[in-house]
Amino acid sequence: MARLGAAIAGRAGQAALVAVAVGIVSFAMMEALPGDAAFRIAASRYGYDIADAAAAEAVRQELGLDQPLLVRLWAWLEALIRFDLGHSLVSGAPVIQEVAHQLGHSLRLAILAIALSLVLAVPVGVLAGLRPGGMIDRISLIASIVLRATPPFALGVVLILVLSIQLGLLPVAGHQTGLHTVLPALTLALALAAVSSRVARDAVVEVVESDFWRFSRTKGLAVAQTLVRHGLRNAAIPVVAYVGVQLAFLIEGVVIVEALFAWPGIGHALVHAIFARDVPMVQGTALTLGLLYVALNLMVDLLCRGLDPRVRS
Amino acid sequence: MIARLAIAAALVAILSAPAVADDALTVAAPWEVVGADPAVSGFAFQRMQVAETLVEADAQGHLLPGLAEAWTVSDDGLEWRFRVRSGVTFHDGSVLSAQAASRSLARAVANPGVLESARIRTVRADDGDVVVELTAPFSALPALLTHSTAVILAPASYAADGSVTTAIGTGPYRLVELAPPQSMRLEAFDGYWGPPPHIRETLYLAAGRAETRALLAESGDAALVFTLDPPGFSRLSANAAVTTLAEPIPRVVMLKVNAAHPLLMDPRMRQALSLAIDRAGIATGILRAPDTAATQLFPPALGDWHIAGMAPLRHDPGEAARLLAGLGFAPGPDGVLVRDGERLALTLRTFPDRPELPLIATAIQDQWRAIGIELVVSIGNFSEIPAGHQDGSLEVALFARHYGLTPDPIGTALTDFGTGGGDWGAMGWDRPDVVAALDAIALTTEPGARAPRIALVVEALQADLPVIPITWHRQTAAIDRRLEGVVVDPLERSYRLSQIRWRD
Repeated sequence: MARLGAAIAGRAGQAALVAVAVGIVSFAMMEALPGDAAFRIAASRYGYDIADAAAAEAVRQELGLDQPLLVRLWAWLEALIRFDLGHSLVSGAPVIQEVAHQLGHSLRLAILAIALSLVLAVPVGVLAGLRPGGMIDRISLIASIVLRATPPFALGVVLILVLSIQLGLLPVAGHQTGLHTVLPALTLALALAAVSSRVARDAVVEVVESDFWRFSRTKGLAVAQTLVRHGLRNAAIPVVAYVGVQLAFLIEGVVIVEALFAWPGIGHALVHAIFARDVPMVQGTALTLGLLYVALNLMVDLLCRGLDPRVRS
Repeated sequence: MIARLAIAAALVAILSAPAVADDALTVAAPWEVVGADPAVSGFAFQRMQVAETLVEADAQGHLLPGLAEAWTVSDDGLEWRFRVRSGVTFHDGSVLSAQAASRSLARAVANPGVLESARIRTVRADDGDVVVELTAPFSALPALLTHSTAVILAPASYAADGSVTTAIGTGPYRLVELAPPQSMRLEAFDGYWGPPPHIRETLYLAAGRAETRALLAESGDAALVFTLDPPGFSRLSANAAVTTLAEPIPRVVMLKVNAAHPLLMDPRMRQALSLAIDRAGIATGILRAPDTAATQLFPPALGDWHIAGMAPLRHDPGEAARLLAGLGFAPGPDGVLVRDGERLALTLRTFPDRPELPLIATAIQDQWRAIGIELVVSIGNFSEIPAGHQDGSLEVALFARHYGLTPDPIGTALTDFGTGGGDWGAMGWDRPDVVAALDAIALTTEPGARAPRIALVVEALQADLPVIPITWHRQTAAIDRRLEGVVVDPLERSYRLSQIRWRD
């Protein structure tokens, strides 16, 4: 139990470090970008046709962009200590409110994508792993290569053409109803399942070759019984660790899928904030993503601890 | 078991968000709705008819009474009085008063925007009127007040510090949910002062990818889709369920030329540059819209400012070469023209935010190369263009400019071609007669007094070419054939959803 507490305390310290480092690095990167930030902000607020030198100057004055670098960075860090992420330079809304809205959508999409990918990957991986080199193994390998090699954007368009336009089953894009989640989630799930089915397959192959598997079979248990009682739990550890990594990737790395399906996620928000030189939004979203990584690592640690008694002792 | 139940419950929660009514109308467009502030998102509130302006305009750009029933101007042209319409209520039930309207308008005036060109001194309420005082007469004030940043919101829309927390307007639709940056859900407002809308529920969806918008139109998910890319447009043109539409809008892709630059100060040089450009080739090859090649700066959608009978801009590289020879240029050893040891080499600045700009820039590079002009294309940040205007380092710039932000383009024309030129207009171009004509146009609404002066300005721009027009933009749309009553507004002010109905 003490070790569990230490693990959590370690991650908390890591989180504080991540917060400060992400804030400073994203601030420095935004400063290093070419072009005048005041113009970008003016264009994002009022449109390109209004963004001239006078509008940029008004923005510069309003936001204090002419203040020295360190003064602005310190103001952000000081606010961070008070858990205040500031306001978006473009919309004027509190960053925390915008991030919460977008993170909610990203999490909704990510959770469904992971769930769908597990539904697809686990049975295929287990069946392929039980008969390495068999028909299912070879077909699933080819399917996995094809799906992994297809850019998610193209995969998404194909799914829309088949499921929405030909069959009329699902809406094309948007986020109004639950059904709108299915297509983007399926697009992501297929790409994820392409890899996680192979991870599951390899884990099952390893388990099948283990002494405990052979012992269980020798003592007279059927394959299915052996799998349920001894196999799945052992094979689950690498799969859980891999899914943890994927979840983090999903939350930030799906910009193109979010754009295709007009999904208001955090990756999309980060990209737009960078275009608009909306520094508080960039810092806020990057900070959220950084902390999410830490939280996911902790969660995976705890899950693996639950699955594997050897780590606990 | 509990864990499984929790997972099942989570999935059910994800999949069962509120449904939208069957007859709801979805509009898909590329423009995101970033927040509730009309300075940023007013265009969307105006187009979706959430909020209205004191003055309205029809699809031809004629001014109509809006939230103001009528308006008058004092004899010295400095004080405008807009009589606020009675019997109008905001979506929160509060009554539209001159106080509420003037406070909303005063806030719009304080932000950078098109209203700046009117030089407004104060906005106040007086006896049921919104009174706007100017520092100099400006005839196009009512036209400026049709702009989306001048929409009137209820007092409850503003927080104590003046920021906008929600958009409570007076339009036929009220905002039910604003989910920035992607969508807005709207519902018919029963207390609307005008004719009630036919369709009860509408949805605005910002879809950034052109592919997505084309697919939304194809599947019927969105009944009105704006801005299609060429492949999407041709695919949808073959679809029996939708009507496609391409309407010219007053956005112009053009070259800004530094007329104070030693190589560029002679108008004959700028004419040669213009003659060397194959506009039809650019319109066909890059934009896949052959009829969008510009023949003059202002497109037909700008009404009085487009002069139909004027000699059009031409493509004639031979004539361009003769003009350059007449200016004393002769081919150097590498084929680039030289005069007194100085090479005819220029740098063009552009930016990639509109994806067609870098492509057009390289086409111009190639076409100018053919007559011996070396052009370096510098693709950077768009702020380098106004910055180069301010510090004088700019030579040539390529960008798109919208002259139809308000029905009367005089505000933009004054900014761009008035004294000293503008960041997105003339540079180093000294034509006192044009400045005087623009100032005179700004003083009067009398068509007889305006027409000869507009003609002077347009002809001077055509002859002197302080900016070289390349193509006129067009707005593309896909309309579900089940809809009737759809009108596409070339000034992009309103989608006029309240007049649209589903066919039976």
